[in-house]
Amino acid sequence: MHFPILSVIVFTPITASLLIFLYKPEQKKAVRITALAAAAFALTLSTIVYALYRRDVGGYQFLEEYRWMPFLGISLKFGVDGMSAPLVLLTGVVMLTGVMISWGVDDRPREFFGFLFILASGVFGVFASLDLFMLFFFYEIAVFPMYLLISIWGWIKTREYAAMKLTLYLFIGSVIALVGALAMYWQSGMHTFDMLQLEHANFSPGFQRLWFPFVFLGFAVLGGLFPFHNWSPDGHVAAPTAVSMFHAGVLMKLGAFAALRVGIMLLPEGARDWHWWVMGLALVNIVYGAFIASVQTDFKYVIGFSSVSHMGLVMMGFATLTREGLLGAGVQMFSHGIMTALFFAAVGMVYDRAHTRDIPKLGGMVKPLPVVAVGMIIGSLVSMGMPGFSGFVAEFPIFLGIWKTQWLVAVIAAISIVVTASYVLLVVRRVFFGTMPAELEGHIRPTGRLDTIALVLLCALMVGLGLVPSLMVPWVQTGVQHVLTLLGGAG
Amino acid sequence: MDFMTHHLLSLILFLPVLAALVVFCLPSENLKAIRWTAFAISLVPLALSIILWMQFKSAQPGFQFTEQYDWYPAIHSSFHLGVDGLSLTMVLLTTLLTPLALLASFNISDRLKAYMLLFLFLETGMLGVFMALDLLIFFVFWEIGLVPMYFLINQWGSEKGERELWKGVKVQARNYASLKFILYTMGGSLGLLLAIQMLGMLFRTFDLQTLYLKWAALPAGFPMFHFFSAVLTAATVKTIAFWAFVVAFAIKVPVWPFHTWLPDAHTEAPTAGSMILAGVLLKLGAYGFLRLVLPFYPVESQHFAGALAFLAVMSIIFGAFASYGQKDFKRLVAYSSVNHMGFVLLGIAAAARVGISTTDAALNLSKNIALNGAVLQMFNHGLSAAGMFFLVGVIYERTHTRNLDDYGGLFPLVPIYGGILIFTSMASLGLPGLNGFISEFLVVRGAWPVLTVYTAIAMLGLLFTGAYILKGIKQVLHGPLNEKWAHGEHKLTEISQREIAVMAPLMALILVIGVYPAWILDVINKAMIMLFH
Repeated sequence: MHFPILSVIVFTPITASLLIFLYKPEQKKAVRITALAAAAFALTLSTIVYALYRRDVGGYQFLEEYRWMPFLGISLKFGVDGMSAPLVLLTGVVMLTGVMISWGVDDRPREFFGFLFILASGVFGVFASLDLFMLFFFYEIAVFPMYLLISIWGWIKTREYAAMKLTLYLFIGSVIALVGALAMYWQSGMHTFDMLQLEHANFSPGFQRLWFPFVFLGFAVLGGLFPFHNWSPDGHVAAPTAVSMFHAGVLMKLGAFAALRVGIMLLPEGARDWHWWVMGLALVNIVYGAFIASVQTDFKYVIGFSSVSHMGLVMMGFATLTREGLLGAGVQMFSHGIMTALFFAAVGMVYDRAHTRDIPKLGGMVKPLPVVAVGMIIGSLVSMGMPGFSGFVAEFPIFLGIWKTQWLVAVIAAISIVVTASYVLLVVRRVFFGTMPAELEGHIRPTGRLDTIALVLLCALMVGLGLVPSLMVPWVQTGVQHVLTLLGGAG
Repeated sequence: MDFMTHHLLSLILFLPVLAALVVFCLPSENLKAIRWTAFAISLVPLALSIILWMQFKSAQPGFQFTEQYDWYPAIHSSFHLGVDGLSLTMVLLTTLLTPLALLASFNISDRLKAYMLLFLFLETGMLGVFMALDLLIFFVFWEIGLVPMYFLINQWGSEKGERELWKGVKVQARNYASLKFILYTMGGSLGLLLAIQMLGMLFRTFDLQTLYLKWAALPAGFPMFHFFSAVLTAATVKTIAFWAFVVAFAIKVPVWPFHTWLPDAHTEAPTAGSMILAGVLLKLGAYGFLRLVLPFYPVESQHFAGALAFLAVMSIIFGAFASYGQKDFKRLVAYSSVNHMGFVLLGIAAAARVGISTTDAALNLSKNIALNGAVLQMFNHGLSAAGMFFLVGVIYERTHTRNLDDYGGLFPLVPIYGGILIFTSMASLGLPGLNGFISEFLVVRGAWPVLTVYTAIAMLGLLFTGAYILKGIKQVLHGPLNEKWAHGEHKLTEISQREIAVMAPLMALILVIGVYPAWILDVINKAMIMLFH
C-alpha cells in the first residue's frame, strides 16, 4: 500500500477548513497562517504528483479505491491521468496564490478561508475522481460554497444577484448532467459508477446520440459555453478577488474537464455526432466573447468576458476531436487558469487601492504598482497568444486541430486574436500608464511581499511553459492518447 | 573554443537576453553602470557576428552553423537555427545597429533599466527571425519583436501631440502610433499565422527546407479543402496563402498602401527606437519575401510579379512625394524609408517575374543582379536610415522642434553636424561613391530588362528622391539663419563626441561599401545563386 497521496491532497483543504473553524473569529492571524500552510502543503503534494506521473507509462496513476456504497456500485476512487495531473497542479497553484493575495481580507477571515477551502477540496476531488458519482459529489461541493463566498464577501452592488444567478445556472447544469449520468448507469447494466469500467460499456450509438448533449452541455455550463456563459462574467465581477481567481482559474476548467471526461470519453460516438454543434457554439464564444470584452469599461468585466472567449478555445479544442486540438485544449486549461488567476489578482489589487474598476477613472498605476503592471502585461501577452508565452503553446495546436476539421472555422476564430490584442493592450495602457487621476494620487499603497511572490510565481509559470513547452505537453499527450483510443484511435 | 564554434548562433542570439539579466540585477539609480553594461555586452554579439562572417564559407551551399534542438515535438517544431549569406548579412546589420542604438540612448534617464531591457529583448527577437530555419520559430521571433517596440514607442516616445482614436476619443499621439504599429503588424500576420498553421497541419513539419520541397511540389489540382460541396484545389489555396504571406511582409516592409503605420510609429518613437525600426525591423519584411515568399511560391510570385512591381513602384513614387510634402523632419525621413524599401521590393518582383525555371542566361543574370541589389539595398538602407533618424534625433534634442520651417541656416552654427548630415543624406540620395548608389543601380539594372515600364517609372521616382533630400538639407542647413538658434538660451550646440561615435561606424561602412562593395556582394551573390537557381 503506497502513500495515498491523492486522497491526502483532496482532503487537506477540507481538513484545514475544519481546523480553521475551530479558531475563535478574532484569531485572524492564526487562521491565515493555517490557510497558508495548508495551501502550501497541497501545492507541494500536487507538484509531487505532477512530477512523479510516469509519462512513459501513461494511463491512470496513483490509483486508490475505497468502498463507499458497494450495493450501488459507488466507491471512492481516485487517480490522475495526463489530462488531470496538470489541473491538480493548477488547483494547487491557484489555491496558494489565492490565499497569499487574500491575506488582507479582514471581514470574517475565518469563514472566508473556511468556505474557500471546502471549495478547494471539491475542485481537487473532481479532478482526481474516477467514479462518476463521486465526481458529481465533489462537483456540488465545489459549487455550493461559491454561493456563500460571493453573497457574503462579494461586491456589494451585484453580489446577491450574481450569487443566485451563478448557483442556479450551475445547479441546473449539473442536474441535467446528472440525469445523463444516471442514464449511463442504468443503460450499462454494470451496476457501477466506476468510469474506468463505464469507458468500456459500449453504449449503443442511439443512446449516445441522445444523451451526449445532456451530459456535455450540463457540464459545459460551468465551462462557460455559449449561450450558457451568462452567469460567468457576473459571477467573476461580484466575487471577491481570491474567489474570482478560483472561479475563473479553476472552476471553469472543472466544467470543461468534466465535459471531456464524462461527455466525450464515456460517450465518444455521441461526441462525434454532435461535435459540429459544439464547434459552432465554441466559435461564438471565441469571437463574440472577445468583442464583448473589448467594449467593457469595467476592468473586471473585461477579464470576465475574456475568460468566456478563452474557454471557448478549450471547448473548441475538445470539439475538434483531434490529437492536436485535444492537446491544445489540455494545455489551454492550465495556461488560461494561471493567466486568469493572475488577471483577477491584479484587478483585485488595483481595486483594493483605487476603489474603482472603471477604466476611464484609472491610470498611471505602474509607478506605485510596478510588479502588478508587469504581471498584467505578461498576462496580456499570454491572452493574445503571443509566442514565447503559454497561451501560444496552447492555442497553436488548437488551431492545428481546427484546420484538420474545418478550415473556415480556423479563419473565423483567428479574428479573436487581433480583437483580444487590441483590447488587452488598451486596458493595460489605460490602467497602468498615462497620468494618474488626481484623486488617486497618494492613495495607492505598494503591494505587499506575499502579493509580489504570488504574482511572480504565476508569471514564471506562464513564461516557463511558453519557452519550454515540454514542461507540460508530454503529460497532456498521454492523456490525449487515451481519449483518442476511446474515440476509436482516430485523430 | 569548440563549444563556441558549434553554438555560435545561439550565443549571438541569446547574449542580449543574458545582458538583459545582468542589467536587471544592477541598481536602477546607477544610470551610468546600466548604460555602459548594456552597451558593452551588446558589443559581444557584434564581435561574434564578425567572427561568424569570417568563418562563413560563402562558396558552400546550404545553411551553415546549424543547430537543432527539441522545442515542441508534439507539433513537430524544433528549435532550428542556421545562416546563409542572406541571413548572415542581416545578422551583421542587426548586431551592428543595436550597440549604436544603445549608444544613442545614453541621454535617456527615465526608467532607463526597463528601456535597456526592452532594447536587448528586441535584439534577440530580430536576430531570431533571421536565424530561424523552422517556420514556427520564425513566427515566434517575428511576433516577439513587436512587444518591446510597442512599449518603447508608447513609453519613451515623444510626449507631444494628440490623435483621435475613434469617434472623438483622443489619445496621446505615441499611444495611437504604438497601437497602430502593433495592430497593423499583428493583424497583418494573422494570415501568415493561419497559413503557417495550415502548412503545419498538412505536412506535419515546420522545417523550412522540407517545406520548400513539399509545398512547392504539391500538384495544382490537388483537392485540399472542402466546404460543403465546394472544393478548394491546391492552386487556389496556394494563391490565397501567397497573398497572406505577401500582406504580412508587405505591412512590415512597408509597401504602399500598407505603409500608413510607419510615419506615425517613426515620428513618435524615441530616436534609438526609430533607428532600429528603420534599420532592422523593416528588413524583417523584406527578408520574409526572400526567405519565404519566393521559395514557397515560385509559381504564384511569378504570376503576380507585375502586381508586386506595381506596389513597389507606387511605394517609390508616393514615398518620394509624401516625403517631399512633409513639414516635419522626422516624417520626411520616415517616408523616405517607404521610398527606399520600394526598391527592395522592385528587385524582388523582378526576380519573381524571371522565376526559377528559365534557362535564358541573360534573364538569369538580370534576376541575380536584381536580387543582389535588393539585399544590398536592405543592408544599405539599414545604415543610412539609422543614421538619418539619429541625426534628426540629435537636432531635435537640441531644438525641441522637428518642424522644418523652424530651422534654417544652421550650417555655420554646427559645421560638423552639417557635414555629417549632408554625407548621410547623399548616401540616401544615391550619390555614386556611397553605398546607396550601388544597390539602387543594381536593382534598376536587374529589373530593367524584366519589368521595363515599372523600372522606368521607378527611376522617375529616383528624381524625387533627390528633391526631397535636398529640400531637407536646404531647410535645415541653408537659407536665412533663424536667429533663435544663434544666441541666448536656445543657442545650438555642436554634435557631441558620443554622437559622432554613433555616426562614425555607419559613415565608414557607407563609404566602404560605396567604394568597394565586393566584400559584401560576394557573400550575397553566392547566397542568391544558391537560393534561387
